[in-house]
Amino acid sequence: MSNVELSVKIGSLELKNPVLLASGTVGYGNEIAQYTDLSKLGGIVTKSLSLKPRKGNPPQRIVETPSGMLNAIGLANVGVEVFVKEKIPFLKELNTTLICNIAASSIEEYVECTKILDGEDAIQAFEINVSCPNVKEGGLEFGNDVNAVGRITEKVRAVTKKTLIIKLSPNVSRISDFAKVVKEEGGDAVSAINTLVGTSFNIFTRKPKIKNITGGLSGPAIKPVALAKVLEISRNVDIPIIGIGGIMNWKDAAEFIIAGAAAVQLGTINFINPNAGVEIVEGLKTFCEQTSVNKISELTASYQL
Amino acid sequence: MYIEKSRFESIEHLEHNIHLIKVYSPSIARSAKPGQFCNIKVSDTDFPLLRRPFSICNVEGEHIFFMFDIHGEGTLLLATKKAGDELDILGPLGNGFDSNGDYQTAVIVAGGLGAAPFPFLTKRLPADKNIYSLVGGRSLHQVIKWGLKNIHVSTDDGSEGFKGTIVELFKTKIDELDGKKIRVFGCGPNPMLKALQELSIENNFDCQISVECAMACGFGICQGCPIENADGGGYSLVCKDGPVFDAKKVKL
Repeated sequence: MSNVELSVKIGSLELKNPVLLASGTVGYGNEIAQYTDLSKLGGIVTKSLSLKPRKGNPPQRIVETPSGMLNAIGLANVGVEVFVKEKIPFLKELNTTLICNIAASSIEEYVECTKILDGEDAIQAFEINVSCPNVKEGGLEFGNDVNAVGRITEKVRAVTKKTLIIKLSPNVSRISDFAKVVKEEGGDAVSAINTLVGTSFNIFTRKPKIKNITGGLSGPAIKPVALAKVLEISRNVDIPIIGIGGIMNWKDAAEFIIAGAAAVQLGTINFINPNAGVEIVEGLKTFCEQTSVNKISELTASYQL
Repeated sequence: MYIEKSRFESIEHLEHNIHLIKVYSPSIARSAKPGQFCNIKVSDTDFPLLRRPFSICNVEGEHIFFMFDIHGEGTLLLATKKAGDELDILGPLGNGFDSNGDYQTAVIVAGGLGAAPFPFLTKRLPADKNIYSLVGGRSLHQVIKWGLKNIHVSTDDGSEGFKGTIVELFKTKIDELDGKKIRVFGCGPNPMLKALQELSIENNFDCQISVECAMACGFGICQGCPIENADGGGYSLVCKDGPVFDAKKVKL
């Protein structure tokens, strides 16, 4: 009999456990639900939504790199309207916490999307993507500008009472400055990190392997970078952190939690093992039992430096 | 669809660099359709990180066959597996060929390793259909005939059969095939598929092509494998909407 308390709180949001599936790696839930029981997870973060549908970048969009992959999908998504009409009914039935990721090319668009989605009871929280590296307008440029991140947080905060999470870019010199401004402007939590900008060439054609030239690097290759960013935020800002970056198994998840994360998100691993989330929840539970941790939240930021 | 821990049974060397492996994968074997594929984790480490997609080449009872050439680290690892090794296979994936309907002869057009999905199609083709296989390669060592029937060969260098591309060979056969009574099934490199697509549209052939694309997940969540829709209305996904498309509906 296990009596480990796995539930965690992110602002006012209660998750049944700290394992979430990251935006852009779970679609709108329907495809991955064929392989795993999403109700056993802390929650899922839906593919970034923009006000209008986006068809995304031309191929080639992805390439494998050492212990990682580059992607430049270009925020392909159905748009807010179709999402509400066609995707929410399925997501409602999943019995898991639904966090809606929003990407936009202007502050007004972030606000507009949030307003429309705020009325949907099925959505418990918003994750604002200020850090997509693969679209020309907005995205990463907002993510690089601490004032812009502050303004986005402030304006979106004004239109929703739901838990507000800002997903930060690692492509900055001091990520904790960004976390600080999110806290000051009323954000409830930060997700760290989004992908790192990278590229890869075919040496025979001398062309980039992905059409967009650069893409976002994910997978185990980025885990040490992500851990250092989580630790930096944890040591400098009092705000819940959702740790992301190359988590492949429960040990990686535990490492992020110890480094300061209140919860974690799984990304690239979902492409390889769509049932990884459920396995990681089990692994964390066993780890807590074996190391006499009664509440997983006690592990957060329990580093011994 | 299953994530099945499958048992590697054997490997056979077919032609120059072309290999055929047999795995015991009962759940996937029972539910597979010709033209579908599987996404295979070729190692149990982070190298290679992602699964690799392979056409289902054939199914015999609870066994599946995959055909591949060694062109990278993933396929090299696959070629060194031993009987009894475990392979983590996700599948069956994608839509597969539609071989039902009103036609008399299935015309298979295979370029190089594009032959991979056709042994299974040949086997499962409805009993009332004839089969006519056009098989091409750069030279005779790239012509893969395994599991095919009624074979007509072309090679770029003329080392076997017709000298020229497989689509050029097809053109010379149009008169003996009644265009209204055939359905074309094509798979091969993109330039070949493009030529086949043009020929089919010109002659108003009913034509299904199986396309290849780099992908991560294989079931629609990574959005990594787009193919442009011919009507200009954005992209379809090769893994989920394909890999088989009506030749009129996609841009190559």
